[in-house]
Amino acid sequence: MEEKLNTILEEYHQQEGNLVFILQCLEKDFGYLPEDAIYWFSEQLDIPPAKFFGVATFYAQFHLKPRGENIITTCCGTACHVKGSERLINSLMKELQIPSGEDTTEDGKFTVERVNCVGACSIAPVVIINEKVYGKMTPDKLIKELKRLK
Amino acid sequence: MITLLIDGKQVEVKEGTTILEAARQAEIYIPTLCDDPRLEPYGACRLCLVQVKGMPRLVTACTTPVAEGMEVQTSNEQIERIRKTIVELLLSDHPNDCMVCEKAGDCTLQELAYFYNLRENRFLGERRQYAQRDNNPFIERDMEKCVLCGKCVRVCEEVQAVAAIDIAYRGFNAKVTPPFEKDLNCEFCGQCISVCPTGALIGKLSIGRGRQKDIQKVDTICPYCGCGCNITLHVSRNEIIRVSSSPDNINEGWLCVKGRFGFKFVNSPDRLKKPLIKKNGKFEEVSWDEALDYVASKFREIKDRYGPDAIGGLSSARCTNEENYLFQKFIRATIGTNNVDHCARY
Amino acid sequence: MQKEVVIKICMGTGGIAAGGKEVMQAFIEELKQQGIDATVEKHCSVHQVGCRGFCARDVLVDVIMNGEKTTYQFIKPDMVPRIVEEHIVGGVVVDEWAVKEDYHAFHEKQVKVVLADCGEIDPESIDSYIERGGYEALKRVLSEMSPEEVIKVIKDSGLRGRGGAGFPTGLKWEFARQKNSDTKYIICNADEGDPGAFMDRSIIEGNPHSVIEGMVIGAYAIGAKTGYVYIRAEYPLAVERLKIALAQAKEKKFLGENILGKDFSFEIKIKLGAGAFVCGEETALIASIEGRRGMPRAKPPFPVEKGLWGKPTVINNVETLANVPYIIRNGASWFAQYGTEKSKGTKVFALTGKVKNTGLIEVPMGISLREIIYDIGGGIEGDRRLKAVQTGGPSGGCIPESMIDISVDYESLQKVGSIVGSGGMVVMDETDCMVNIARYFLEFTQTESCGKCVPCRIGTKRLLEILTRITDGRGRPGDIDLLLILSEDIKAGSLCGLGQTAPNPVLSTIKYFRDEYEAHIHDKRCPAGVCKNLLTYTILEEFCKGCTMCARVCPAGAIVGEKKKPHRIVQEICIKCGACFETCKFKAIRKG
Repeated sequence: MEEKLNTILEEYHQQEGNLVFILQCLEKDFGYLPEDAIYWFSEQLDIPPAKFFGVATFYAQFHLKPRGENIITTCCGTACHVKGSERLINSLMKELQIPSGEDTTEDGKFTVERVNCVGACSIAPVVIINEKVYGKMTPDKLIKELKRLK
Repeated sequence: MITLLIDGKQVEVKEGTTILEAARQAEIYIPTLCDDPRLEPYGACRLCLVQVKGMPRLVTACTTPVAEGMEVQTSNEQIERIRKTIVELLLSDHPNDCMVCEKAGDCTLQELAYFYNLRENRFLGERRQYAQRDNNPFIERDMEKCVLCGKCVRVCEEVQAVAAIDIAYRGFNAKVTPPFEKDLNCEFCGQCISVCPTGALIGKLSIGRGRQKDIQKVDTICPYCGCGCNITLHVSRNEIIRVSSSPDNINEGWLCVKGRFGFKFVNSPDRLKKPLIKKNGKFEEVSWDEALDYVASKFREIKDRYGPDAIGGLSSARCTNEENYLFQKFIRATIGTNNVDHCARY
Repeated sequence: MQKEVVIKICMGTGGIAAGGKEVMQAFIEELKQQGIDATVEKHCSVHQVGCRGFCARDVLVDVIMNGEKTTYQFIKPDMVPRIVEEHIVGGVVVDEWAVKEDYHAFHEKQVKVVLADCGEIDPESIDSYIERGGYEALKRVLSEMSPEEVIKVIKDSGLRGRGGAGFPTGLKWEFARQKNSDTKYIICNADEGDPGAFMDRSIIEGNPHSVIEGMVIGAYAIGAKTGYVYIRAEYPLAVERLKIALAQAKEKKFLGENILGKDFSFEIKIKLGAGAFVCGEETALIASIEGRRGMPRAKPPFPVEKGLWGKPTVINNVETLANVPYIIRNGASWFAQYGTEKSKGTKVFALTGKVKNTGLIEVPMGISLREIIYDIGGGIEGDRRLKAVQTGGPSGGCIPESMIDISVDYESLQKVGSIVGSGGMVVMDETDCMVNIARYFLEFTQTESCGKCVPCRIGTKRLLEILTRITDGRGRPGDIDLLLILSEDIKAGSLCGLGQTAPNPVLSTIKYFRDEYEAHIHDKRCPAGVCKNLLTYTILEEFCKGCTMCARVCPAGAIVGEKKKPHRIVQEICIKCGACFETCKFKAIRKG
């Protein structure tokens, strides 16, 4: 871990980085923001950890807990909303048996997230499964994709 | 100097002054929750909205600098309506427990609720609820009562240069918290308590020890170090339950952990209040004259027999500057030794 | 004779999602097999929008043979062999897959300025931009024009900010020019967060160099040495293409030290947004670039006085900057010929929702909403009735069908309670519930509120709660007035644009669709049949054949009945999911 963190630190120094930059690097390398890593950077840069926590919890891109192996992101933009994104989410949660208030399956295989418009409104409703964009999604098609990943 | 009109009153202030400061100088009241003249303007509570002639929108008095010839109206029907809505919104997300709240009687939010006569609330809805308690020794943090004025965060960063807390999350869930919602772990200066306008931050030492109205306030000087901070003791039933400091004094109201929380010794059962002399193996209460004579004779005995350097003096930062001055004078000039110190050093 | 064949394939986010990469691969392989020498281009981008904006029909493929262009729609990889065989080899267009008249109607009323080169050029090649006159404007600016002259041209053109508020761009530049500071910044705001808007993404994906060129010109005009593009991380393709474009521009000396050999240096850095809608607000955006929580601060001082790191800063939206090279190249009066008196030029809109042709469109300001919806959009899906058009995203409002003849420009839209905004345009029909739409937008703004100021933090939460109870059938008499009062106070009291405009969807829907609110509150009825709690599903006995399909799909087991006899829904058990309604082949289930 330390090695990875040192690499990020170097980059930070090279290109006038900031807290957001560090957190983005951490998110990319670990899939979430490990607490130890934050305290490490806080120590190295003499920036209070509270600042890191404040920034980390402000932006939707950052996660404090590890996420599932497969990330399913449903777009909740206006166009997707009127074209039924809510139904997609409901069928996802039901199919994956994710309890309300949670976003990841118990076995850590799937995480369901919402995003505010990915800007592909003309092919609404849009679902992104592991960074691949699927347009004109239906609950049936979605469940078929899930089965493939299981 | 800049001249402007506030509510028809001509006011002359320095350039760079905000409308709010100018109004204060002219003794015109504008309500606010998030402003503190000692901190950077923040503009979050929106209570100080005022109308400036020629500006398309209402502006916050706390962030808007004055300009020559400006005409400010601090109150009108729309402004009062918005202020009332704001207070009502805050109360809709606030525990309705003034009757047991430590801050009752000294709470800006309560004051505003009274002022706007808010009995009913049109906006009742979901309230933030935080079960977790902060187990630090000094500061009770009840974030359900927090109005997110950000003063604690700003004082911790701007004045104390610690930044032990920050605002985390966002929107309705925004919350002032130490990193990762852990227990507060800082220098416990308690500055955050001193600026909190509500009962969100309370000194743990004073909890349950007296209502605001029963408190007798005694102005004095902090005994701890050479800074000589002005403090105000809050006394209830003849006991100090809290220490505060007024912003208009020499230390601008700022205190450290000792000055703010280090008052328990005053009523400590271990504290000596009368001189005692051990007679026949037991301490007995004696008069000051007897005690001083006894000490003087013993000092003389030691000095005559072993020389002055056999004696050393150690005093305490809890004594006043004057006392410590006299003490070292006594050791140096009367006893004749340089063996003298106290915990904050001479 | 050697045939010259060029094949262009949509490779924007929309195109790729529809299988653009696979189609392209299929072409490459098929052509190789047949031994045909052809150019296969990643044409445009953006949804391929640049070119057509018709992402609903992706994958779109252009086959150009000896200068003659045929456009195919909905192409899948397995269709490729036939196109190659019949069209490219045989010379006969595969008519059934080619676009029809409605495709051309989509383009007819559009005027392409910003999108003119989008789709015609390969966004990953600077040469193809230069071929079409790219960087000509920059050359002219640096060799012939003073910064003041540049500002004058932009002022004369009447260009206004395309990000939402519509502030005159030239004026903004002039303010920044006048500031005395050794360091100034120009920021391109590509934090396009409005749900239902994708113009900026499309422009960067389709023609990134136009944005870069606009930025360099802007930097020259105001005297900035450093620029930032603040772009959403959710737009990976746009980021990638921007990076490529920046590297190419630097290599060709359009960026970097001593640009084109002149005494002017400028560099552009990319800053990725981290997912916060409020960062579209100028002061929040600056806070975010500085690495802080994206919370807005009070203005004044404006960024143009005290911006990034406390220095004078100009923030322009993507589309605004992309207009700049074209204005310099063609002149202020050329640009000003389009549009209305106060709103000049064209505007790109993301036309979505219940309209037949969805996609990216560019129209002259002043066009009517009717023309956009019916001529360009081809009318409403399923030929249902238009109910309203939502413009400006969460900051905008809903314009009712009765007003669709209004002119689309900054002032007219504002007059009816909406805004041009960044250019989202969502068309809604009679099956959309306006209370639910207002609720949707409030849900959005409420979760995106930064939480700094009270009216927005708690006020939008309360608006949402009131709207939710109305759509849940728990609305109370007096709720409409409460919504109105609270909305007005939030608008007037909030710190930044987010809060100041958040109530707009509520206010405009109450203004034009008050009866729908009343139906929800007083009659406990949702006229559009959207709000679940206000719906009842009943089986019409006369149509029910007793096929049992509905009973089988019902997840709650609420449908009872014997085979081949009319069924019945037990209302107490029904969870109103609508599964039966969608399954019934005999239209025997009534929703209402």
